[in-house]
Amino acid sequence: MCGIAGIIYKNGGGEHRIGRDITSMLQAMKHRGPDSSGFALYGQPTTDLVLRIKLADANTARDLDFADDLRRHRAEIEARLRAAGAHIHEIQDVNEHTLSVKLSYDGDLKRLADHVESVAGAEVLSAGHALEIIKDLGDAKTVAGGYDLDSYVGSHGIGHVRMATESDVDISNAHPYWAYPFSDVAVVHNGQLTNYHQWRRRLERSGHRFASECDSEIIAVYLAQKLQTGSTLEQAMRESLDDLDGVFTYICVSEDALGMAKDDLAAKPLVLYEGDDMVVLASEEMAIRAVLDHEIETYDPYEGTVMVWTR
Amino acid sequence: MDAVSGAGEARGAGEARYDARGLVELDEVIPRISEIEGDHATLDAHDLTTRRINLELRWLLYEQGIRRVTVLNPGARHSLGAGILTRCEITFQGSLGYFACGIIDGPEVHITGRVGWSACENMMSGVVTIDGNAGSLMGAGLRGGDVVVKGQVGSRTGIVQKGGTIIVLGSAGSMTGFMMQRGRQILCGDVGPGLGDSMYEGTIYVAGKVSSLGIDCVPGELGDADTELIERKFRIHELGSPPAFEKFVCGKKLYNYDNLEPSERKLVL
Repeated sequence: MCGIAGIIYKNGGGEHRIGRDITSMLQAMKHRGPDSSGFALYGQPTTDLVLRIKLADANTARDLDFADDLRRHRAEIEARLRAAGAHIHEIQDVNEHTLSVKLSYDGDLKRLADHVESVAGAEVLSAGHALEIIKDLGDAKTVAGGYDLDSYVGSHGIGHVRMATESDVDISNAHPYWAYPFSDVAVVHNGQLTNYHQWRRRLERSGHRFASECDSEIIAVYLAQKLQTGSTLEQAMRESLDDLDGVFTYICVSEDALGMAKDDLAAKPLVLYEGDDMVVLASEEMAIRAVLDHEIETYDPYEGTVMVWTR
Repeated sequence: MDAVSGAGEARGAGEARYDARGLVELDEVIPRISEIEGDHATLDAHDLTTRRINLELRWLLYEQGIRRVTVLNPGARHSLGAGILTRCEITFQGSLGYFACGIIDGPEVHITGRVGWSACENMMSGVVTIDGNAGSLMGAGLRGGDVVVKGQVGSRTGIVQKGGTIIVLGSAGSMTGFMMQRGRQILCGDVGPGLGDSMYEGTIYVAGKVSSLGIDCVPGELGDADTELIERKFRIHELGSPPAFEKFVCGKKLYNYDNLEPSERKLVL
């Protein structure tokens, strides 16, 4: 089933407590997917690049060497980042299996990500000047608590609660997906894509890597490829309606925009509230009510709809 | 508000207990907190869980002899007002979530906000008036009664409808009236692609533009009986004067039920 949610403030202010708000929205939709929860949050853009890196999965077997391995892998990642030409400002151990690295880097982001991911077990969850992806097992409150999202401020963000159907329950298969290797773009998706393998082969041939077996990752990488060749987010999303098969509703975010797309069958829900200063959207109105506790006018966008808002 | 974990559940009977995954509310607790005046009751649902709201409604209607209930702050929760099987009047001041007023038999319901997916599913009789918009699958498997939506509806409205009347003042999405088997739909706005796809019987009236007709859905001839019906429904529900409608029915080209396979025919003869 899965539940998706998003908020964008149209007035551009970056001081909104989106971490707390997306958490309440996702928690209100816990019944749509209690397996894992994920967030893609946008703070104030900086000149630094922030990489969030997963060292191991939350449910990797903890054998006797586990802690040693993590330490070794962490050191290796640091060395490889430096070797790739990055100037590291800060490394934060968010928790046992997640790193957040602030760095300056002006080279090819794909090369940097590939350098990190050549370390065993490592995966770049997100890379961007404003974007941070946080995802882990459990409901939204558990994940938000573990990653201290309550105090996170920013301008827009998306979230996802997952009911795993086609792939494993672990962090790699949790949403949101970063649009590797394109900075600051992330996607959450509710649905099934039936031409996943076709697109995966096609995108792999053009050099993209896939971190999971989840069909939703295709959307992120597909959009990344379109953006790289000069499409706008809206153009890329419109083209995805023809190129992707199956049933899907997805929300995509970039550094300054948030967009939604719904397939021609309109089989996956999305409720939309558009106010003067903010847009809030989610699989169920209940989630919107979790952040706007008064009567509001909402509607379901129709089949084949693509809408994009900028902050 | 935190509808799932039941936080803030102070009134009535204390915190709601849930199963290990935090999804299923375990106890059957009737809050008994409605303000009752004669045969009218007002229920503030703000701090109540879905199950408690529905239990309170049943307690009021079945045990306290209340005929009119106003529910405040429904907060777009799912499954509210489902399975009410008696004549009564219920007003929801606000929006409801999925499966609103499903399998009801008798009530007159007024929802001042909107509803999510699958509202009035398998409704048997009564009237449901929705002032706002409705999600997809509105009136799925509807068997009787009238459903009036003053805003727009999503996709597949009245899928496998088996009776009753659906009236929509706004626009409707794709595959409206999909596999409809009986009943009527009066759609005042524009309608998405695949109208009446694979319908068996029933009638769809459309005042707006139809994007495309579904398989075996064909234009029909609008007669006096049709006009009379539309006018009567508009009068009953106080919807003003009706616009001009086109009628769509089943082309019956997919009707093969009576055609026996050659081998079967031999057997019968």
